[in-house]
Amino acid sequence: MTPETIKPEVWTRKDLLGIAELSAEEITLILDTAESFREVSERPIKKVPTLRGKTVVNLFFEPSTRTRTSFEIAEKRLSADSINMSTSGSSVVKGESLVDTALNLQAMAPDLIVIRHGHPGVPHMLAGRIDAGVINGGDGAHEHPTQALLDAFTIRQHKGKLEGLKVVIVGDIEHSRVVRSNIHLLTKMGASVTLAGPRTMMPVEVEKLGVDVVYTLEEAVAGADVVMMLRIQLERQSRLLFPSVKEYFNLFGLTKARLKRAKRDVIIMHPGPINRGVEIASEVADGSYSVILEQVTNGVAVRMAILYLLSGAHREEG
Amino acid sequence: MPTELKSKKTILDSQQMRRILRRMASEIVERNRGVEDLMLVGIRTRGVPLAETLAAHIEREEGREIPIGILDITLYRDDLSTIAPQPVVKETRLPGDIDGKTVVLCDDVLYTGRTIRAALDALVDYGRPLSVQLAVLVDRGHRELPIQADVVGKRFVVGPEESVEVRFEATDEVEKVMLMEPVEE
Repeated sequence: MTPETIKPEVWTRKDLLGIAELSAEEITLILDTAESFREVSERPIKKVPTLRGKTVVNLFFEPSTRTRTSFEIAEKRLSADSINMSTSGSSVVKGESLVDTALNLQAMAPDLIVIRHGHPGVPHMLAGRIDAGVINGGDGAHEHPTQALLDAFTIRQHKGKLEGLKVVIVGDIEHSRVVRSNIHLLTKMGASVTLAGPRTMMPVEVEKLGVDVVYTLEEAVAGADVVMMLRIQLERQSRLLFPSVKEYFNLFGLTKARLKRAKRDVIIMHPGPINRGVEIASEVADGSYSVILEQVTNGVAVRMAILYLLSGAHREEG
Repeated sequence: MPTELKSKKTILDSQQMRRILRRMASEIVERNRGVEDLMLVGIRTRGVPLAETLAAHIEREEGREIPIGILDITLYRDDLSTIAPQPVVKETRLPGDIDGKTVVLCDDVLYTGRTIRAALDALVDYGRPLSVQLAVLVDRGHRELPIQADVVGKRFVVGPEESVEVRFEATDEVEKVMLMEPVEE
């Protein structure tokens, strides 16, 4: 199933809540649409009038710079009016329930809402209660669909396809929503996924998702087309998932020497922000295999594509 | 749901079309007194083979390469908020800077003028051409905006219930223009 042979279908979903429910054709449609949007960001005038008059609310209940900024740039380049709401400035701190926040938003009739929340399922709850299209910008350790899509876009850009590739994901698998979305996406598109990390960070029975699990970086990297490093959340380190940062780096930190067993044209990815000297050595993060900053650039194009597709879809029901 | 259409008759055959295309190419060169800073930009989908064919004719006559671009106007359509689902967006590819160039927009059929309105908006986001001209193979009348073509292959007045479809050698393996009518229920 190469991208060329899949007939691009039309987008009919009101919301983008996760990768789990998407078909391979829908994923391909998003990625193909994003190809066209990449060019907009390369123009002298980086703006098209496509979403003029549409209102997009970026509702972030968790701190985020990268994802929120990326969405905001995507919205502005499509000429949508975007409004940012974060927990610190919202009525959540005044004790308003999530349902009431949703109803209040609904009363202001936005067209799309991008939501990030610490609890899994919040975007789904919101989507069922309001007319606006809802985009999951990360819910707890559940899903982060736009990150997985921009990762896939970046892989496809370098490898020309997703099918048949060996993709290795290394780090705190248990607490990562990026991994969950990526596993769903990559397995649907025919890539093989290998997870690696300390046993304390590996969820039980994760193999049931159709992935391989190994416990050493050397084993994982062998023959890899793509190595995706996850951020070690140092702020969670109070839970003592590993003895020390230094030990983590010694065992699972990606260095040039450790990359030797990967394919010659391996690419290194990271959802960011990176911790140099914790999960990744600077020589690798800044090296020629690294596509970490391309991921950031591609994130804008992928989010533009999603905003575009969703803003057309939910009119059908209204 | 768009009504199903069937071919009513061929209004230009391949020989007529070839003659018209040659004449259009000469007209473009003539009205611009040469090919200096000339660029042909085809509007997706069938403006592209038109631009390519015209450029090939001009190159043969003038012995100089004519830069060709492709413009996708989807993001500039004025009906995006009334149609669903969203049309597929394709890439725009211009052969270089358009500042100071004479850009000839090429499209197969000129009808309401809305596509050209969108194309003009799209084009100025890439720069400031010296002038923009419009070349169309068929002008079928019934404009909804004050837009006219500079170079016209053939004029046919075709009512809103019917449609005109153009086929090019390069994309369709046949070369003709057909008048289409709705299939009777």
